[in-house]
Amino acid sequence: MRDRIFAPSRMLIYLVVWLIATAWLVPFVVVVLNSLRTAEEIAQTSMIGWPKQWAWSNYVTAWAEFCVAQTCAGIRPYMLNSAIVTIPATIISTMLGAVAGYAVSLWRFRGDQWIYGIVTLGIFLPQQMRLLPWTIVLRDVGLINTLTGLVVIHTIQGLSFTTLFCRNYYVAIPPELMRAARIDGAGFFRIFWRIVLPLSPPILIVTVIWQFTHIWNEFLYGVTFTTGQQQPVTAALIALSAAIADIPQHGVQSAAVMIAALPTLLIYVLGGRYFVRGLTAGAVK
Amino acid sequence: MTHTVAAETRTGRPVTFGILRRLPEHLAIWVPLLLSAGHLVSFALWTVWISFTPSTLVPVSGWVGLRNYTAVMATRNWQIAFDNLLLFGCGFVLLSLLTGLLLAVLLDQRIRGENVLRSIFLYPIALSFVVTGTVWSWLLNPGLGIQKLVNDIGWTSFRFDWLIDRDMAIWTIVIAAVWQSSGFAMALFLAGLRSVDADLIKAAQIDGAGPIRMYRRVILPTLWPITVTVVVIQLQFAITTFDLVRALTGGGPGLATQLPALVVYDLMFQRGLLARGAAAAVLMLLILLAVLLPYAGWRYLQRRQAAHA
Amino acid sequence: MSALSIRDVHKRFGPSEVLKGVSLEMGSGDFTVLVGPSGCGKSTLLNIIAGLERQSSGSVEIGGRTVDDIAPKDRDIAMVFQSYALYPSMTVRQNITFGMECRNVPRAQREAAVSEVVRLLQIEALLDRKPAQLSGGQRQRVAMGRALVRNPLLFLFDEPLSNLDAQLRAEMRMEIKQLHQRLGSTIVYVTHDQIEAMTLATRIAVMREGVVQQFADPETVYNRPANLFVARFMGAPPMNTLPARLEASPSGSVAVIGHGEGEIRLPVPVEVKGWIGREVVLGIRPECITEPTRHFGHAPDAVLTIAASVEMTEPTGAETIVVLRLGSERALGRVSADLRPRVNEMARFAIDTRKINLFDPATGDRIVS
Repeated sequence: MRDRIFAPSRMLIYLVVWLIATAWLVPFVVVVLNSLRTAEEIAQTSMIGWPKQWAWSNYVTAWAEFCVAQTCAGIRPYMLNSAIVTIPATIISTMLGAVAGYAVSLWRFRGDQWIYGIVTLGIFLPQQMRLLPWTIVLRDVGLINTLTGLVVIHTIQGLSFTTLFCRNYYVAIPPELMRAARIDGAGFFRIFWRIVLPLSPPILIVTVIWQFTHIWNEFLYGVTFTTGQQQPVTAALIALSAAIADIPQHGVQSAAVMIAALPTLLIYVLGGRYFVRGLTAGAVK
Repeated sequence: MTHTVAAETRTGRPVTFGILRRLPEHLAIWVPLLLSAGHLVSFALWTVWISFTPSTLVPVSGWVGLRNYTAVMATRNWQIAFDNLLLFGCGFVLLSLLTGLLLAVLLDQRIRGENVLRSIFLYPIALSFVVTGTVWSWLLNPGLGIQKLVNDIGWTSFRFDWLIDRDMAIWTIVIAAVWQSSGFAMALFLAGLRSVDADLIKAAQIDGAGPIRMYRRVILPTLWPITVTVVVIQLQFAITTFDLVRALTGGGPGLATQLPALVVYDLMFQRGLLARGAAAAVLMLLILLAVLLPYAGWRYLQRRQAAHA
Repeated sequence: MSALSIRDVHKRFGPSEVLKGVSLEMGSGDFTVLVGPSGCGKSTLLNIIAGLERQSSGSVEIGGRTVDDIAPKDRDIAMVFQSYALYPSMTVRQNITFGMECRNVPRAQREAAVSEVVRLLQIEALLDRKPAQLSGGQRQRVAMGRALVRNPLLFLFDEPLSNLDAQLRAEMRMEIKQLHQRLGSTIVYVTHDQIEAMTLATRIAVMREGVVQQFADPETVYNRPANLFVARFMGAPPMNTLPARLEASPSGSVAVIGHGEGEIRLPVPVEVKGWIGREVVLGIRPECITEPTRHFGHAPDAVLTIAASVEMTEPTGAETIVVLRLGSERALGRVSADLRPRVNEMARFAIDTRKINLFDPATGDRIVS
């Protein structure tokens, strides 16, 4: 631990840092407050203000009642869509990535470095380069405009990250441990189940959080490959803004934004440490 | 370990039996890896191929050379998008870098409530760009947000209408993007600051370096590898930005906030010009490579130096 | 039948050859130590014996059976690793029985085997702990327990003591030796520590750059090193190796160190006819240069007393190392701790000429009569 370096001007430091922090919180506070204000109230003043009366009904409307594209079921079906896409894609891509990362890091086989190199390139290849091929693949297998199609996309594309995360974690497992296990007679799967997997919770948490946040927040594929009732919540929010533009309902919209952001925010609050670890791990590619 | 899976089948049993017995593990190894690598290679190559065909609504074979590329680059849409990307990329990367560095240095002063502050600066990363874009579109909307608030308070001549100003609209994207991802730069910088050798700082203190000199001459110079990493990651994000613009400005007013990713989407799915869309996507990839290849080379050199040291 | 025989094993990694034709035979009950500086190929050889790496050519037999195509688990071996390689998520009991679990040994049988081994190693109290909760010495014991429980034809030890502090290392060294004496097991033991090699081994193979330099019992390796490398590698402080020339004298050959006034003439114990008048390298262990009052057993006539100037002394507590000038050459001697020869003055030393070794300066090989 290091001593503080700016001893005399600490008040200034606190002032600056909290000023910026306040600015950083403004968007969040504004949305929370607006989600509790009525449309009339917002129209009379601005988006920034304290609720005169607490309009909790905004959340009810946002959740189950307002209309997007001729369907009046609120944001609920889209939240459900996002969950149906995100949860299986997160689990499958993490599991496959763990096995692949284990294979690449602790076993040697012909071409392992090559194929691993290509897999990690997936982190850099822009989605735009894959949009058309995915369209054709999904159409050919009949998964266009289905949630299953999105699950498939996110699972396969997620493999780049999950494999990288797990591989980088597993290379730290001492090779002697693997040798000991092989002399004990354990094979590929037994070593994975009995030795590698029990060591994995930290990296699996990081990977799951990373995958969940990314897939939940993803927009381009959602808007490209699904329409109407099949869209994930990010696409629905955009559709909502468009639909609502004629009759502004910023209170309801704010509530919808809050609901849509809640799962990832919750994960951030609950798993912050692992969340940040994922960010930095992703950066040190 | 230099053992090979292939070598392990040499257990004295017939080879075919060995392969069959090991089928599950070969499947477990190869299926995910081949799915991932296979789709990457084939998809990228296919998109490149399409960009050289005359495809419009449906993919067709044929060879038109660079015609799609010249056509895309000749459009006002692409030219504006490219100029915007330069502006947005530089503005965003520079600002988020500086903000992140400032925050990291401030948080590095052993201040009280560091964890809370860090959470505050980082929380936007948990949000989707759609949410960020939507929220900032409200705040920056002159009839709804900050301008309205200030006007209502009494300063009626106050103007903050970049969102609808063709010249300034691109900066609203910068603001939202900086807000969203400065925390990320901060987290990396902070980790770098915390890993500066404590003995180095003690030595500098004994040499009589004051706080400013300490940072300028001793601490910050150790951060430049991190800085390069941050810049590259932020540039990568800037080049592929799509959701944020869709939610914040939709590319407007006019074409004022058009970016390459939006052009690609527009060509592919709204105008049904697959080949041109693919060409624009390949151009995006080339821009990305212009950033990533030097970075990869630099990383390679660094590693080689580290290996020799 | 030999317990282990290695025939002309080569190992290449790309362009570099790590093992250049190693051949070794080990009998049942032998404690063979592979010793050498890092990068000499000793660990690679051990891994090849274990089946963890495959040789580029040559073959390995364990218990009379060629094992080149046999997986590590089926070679009837057990291995103890430098880092112990205990499975971190398993208890001590699970660590010891994991091999049996993999071979589907019934639970009752496993328990019986475990209880026997833990009694032998006195680790009963640790059975339900995880490796992280154990001290270095305890981990070492568990690692040995995991090997012992297999009751294999051949034990392989890969620098098992180098992660322990000096005191614990000496303790565990004795325990390993006792275990070997009690169980009569066949052991191949890799280390870079020549003291471990000397104390533990019944046979030592000194390796360098993928070639076995000498393969013999410890006494031979120490007293009659096959070449200059072995002479300098074994023993601490190492053997003095001094340029000398051989001359004939009425009583036999004499090695002369230095020229003119300060030259020293040492009678050579071996007949070296072909080398008379030629330059050689003379090797003599520091303990053979000592105080004149030392008792030299049954061959006092082979002891020569000389005067030499003292450059420096290093008292170690148990004895004193003296840096002195032999002829014009610098050499180390070992004298009793009670003696402190004065620096920069002449002192008298006794040299045990029976243990002089001669080496060919061109090849470094030992000159034999």
